[in-house]
Amino acid sequence: MKVVLKNLTKRFPSRTKKGDDVIAVNDFNFEIPDGKLIGLLGPSGCGKSTTLNLISGLEAPTSGQIFFGDDDVTRLPPENRGVGLVFQNYALYPHLTVQDNILFPLQSMKGKNKPGKQEMLDKAREAARLVQIDELMDRKPSELSGGQQQRVAIARALVKMPRVLLLDEPLSNLDARLRLQTREEIRRIQQETGVTTIFVTHDQDEAMSISDMIVVMKAGVVQQIGQPQDVYDDPENLFVATFLGTPPINVFDGRVANGMLMLGDQAVLPVKGAPDGPVTAAIRPEGFVLDAAGPFRCALQRVEVMGRDTSVVSTHPASRNAVVRSIIPARQRPDAALETVRFSLMPEKVHLFDPETGNRVRFDL
Amino acid sequence: MKQNQMKAWLYLLPAILFLGVFMVYPLIDVLVYSFEEKYNFVTQTSQGIGLFNYAKVLRDHQFLDAVKNTFLLVIITVPLSTGIALLISLGLNAIKPLRKMFQTIYFLPYVTNTLAVGLVFMVLFKTTDYSSGLINSLLSALGMRQVDFIDGPYWAKMLVLCLYTVWVVMPFKVLILTSALASVDQEYYNAAKMDAASPWRVFRKITLPMISPMIYYLVITGFIGAFKAYSDAVALFGVELGKAGMNTMVGYVYDSLYGDRGGYPSYASAAALILFAIVLTITCINLLISKKRVRY
Repeated sequence: MKVVLKNLTKRFPSRTKKGDDVIAVNDFNFEIPDGKLIGLLGPSGCGKSTTLNLISGLEAPTSGQIFFGDDDVTRLPPENRGVGLVFQNYALYPHLTVQDNILFPLQSMKGKNKPGKQEMLDKAREAARLVQIDELMDRKPSELSGGQQQRVAIARALVKMPRVLLLDEPLSNLDARLRLQTREEIRRIQQETGVTTIFVTHDQDEAMSISDMIVVMKAGVVQQIGQPQDVYDDPENLFVATFLGTPPINVFDGRVANGMLMLGDQAVLPVKGAPDGPVTAAIRPEGFVLDAAGPFRCALQRVEVMGRDTSVVSTHPASRNAVVRSIIPARQRPDAALETVRFSLMPEKVHLFDPETGNRVRFDL
Repeated sequence: MKQNQMKAWLYLLPAILFLGVFMVYPLIDVLVYSFEEKYNFVTQTSQGIGLFNYAKVLRDHQFLDAVKNTFLLVIITVPLSTGIALLISLGLNAIKPLRKMFQTIYFLPYVTNTLAVGLVFMVLFKTTDYSSGLINSLLSALGMRQVDFIDGPYWAKMLVLCLYTVWVVMPFKVLILTSALASVDQEYYNAAKMDAASPWRVFRKITLPMISPMIYYLVITGFIGAFKAYSDAVALFGVELGKAGMNTMVGYVYDSLYGDRGGYPSYASAAALILFAIVLTITCINLLISKKRVRY
């Protein structure tokens, strides 16, 4: 089921009398293709959960429209939208067994659509098998681990065959190991069912690793939509560039003069096509190449060995961050006793931004 | 004994002393009294040990009346007050404006003196030389026969006593249930909303099980409280409960000690222990049921 969001806006009235309204979601436009897994990504308070609630129908938009396929569902109550929602804390009914939890949506159905008893049991068992909890049907939620509870919540959301599956911070309550496992599980379930799935997260690894497309949001405004790799490689503004990537991108105050990017007094990279003037330059940690004759010189602080590769921590006068972090292959590890370390830069890993607006300033590669 | 165990006992000593002197010793004494036959207060002597007091009390029709009254009171008021309190709490939970005001109003009886409440009921029900009571005035306005609720037929008196009891115990139950309802996580309701569960189904399948521990708590304490009823009846019918035919079990114990028929601590003790046995049994049954029914 294709999901279309058109000029979707949600304002919350201010808590105080004189304060301004809070715009949680501001003019959100997006057409989510059928059967895709979409990650809504952003820092807390950016409006991603509100967006999810708008799609589920738990909140009504201030303006704008929501379509499932060709149906306008903007004014439909949540129960008539055919969405399955997995809550952040799962919201499993603690007094019901796993089976009764999964059966609950089916038993709540009314009229002709309500399946017979045996059919309900079959459907519940099928959903449980899909998320691999069919052996835990008689347990109470309190007797399950966090990961198992998560699966039950997904099974409960899927049992009605929703047109759209929504997950609110699905992994935030799991420990690190379980998180890796569960995110793959979500991907597998989504692929098996083919249901259009939207999930909310503040964790970029989560979003990048399993999504077909990610939506980066900030303060209610969509910053960029695209495939994870494209968004990472080609950020449209400084926020997206800094939000994505671990370790984070290195940001410098620089300027462009005669087609050269100047950081301090170093001319580090030719940037043909970029207009002269001050710029904010951002360089991915993996964009540094150790080069004894390289134009980028910085004072070496320490070398951190990470096994697979090496992290070189240094300082640079033009850097906005306290340290510049670069990642280089382990075998090229520089001598930790050096005072100055020199790099050349990979042009595709260097992004320039307007220092006023934060918008991307492009140059010819 | 280890050093800090000594310390622990030292801290506990004041409480143990007080409880021992004023709770444990009298309790044991009551048990002893109840088995001592023809105990004499003045000489502190008795004429033997046995079950005579129990037999005497159980054959006393005054006591049996009191048992009947108490049981009626318990059976009528506990379910009724809990049910009405649940309805009021659901209502309070559903409204936003004026909720605080209504909560305060419903809580007022709790902080009102029993005898003051009794006065209100007098205005409502008592027939005096100048007034037949508010309810009777209403009854005549509706063309129905007047009833003397305070000195009249048994059912009328029982009705007033039950109304009074329900009214007095309600605020505490409303207080407990509103906070229990408020503590149910909104996410459960959101989840149910996504599933299009009907309001009745949400109430039966989510709300009720979620607050069931509190309901059972109220039922158990309600049973115990109603079995111990005394002051409510006094507030309505005066201290001569036996004569009014509205005596309760605690009232019987009191009468055996201090009333016109008083001076029989052995009978009082036996009656008190019978009351204790009844309350204990009912509470155990309640706990057994709640273990099966309270869901988490």
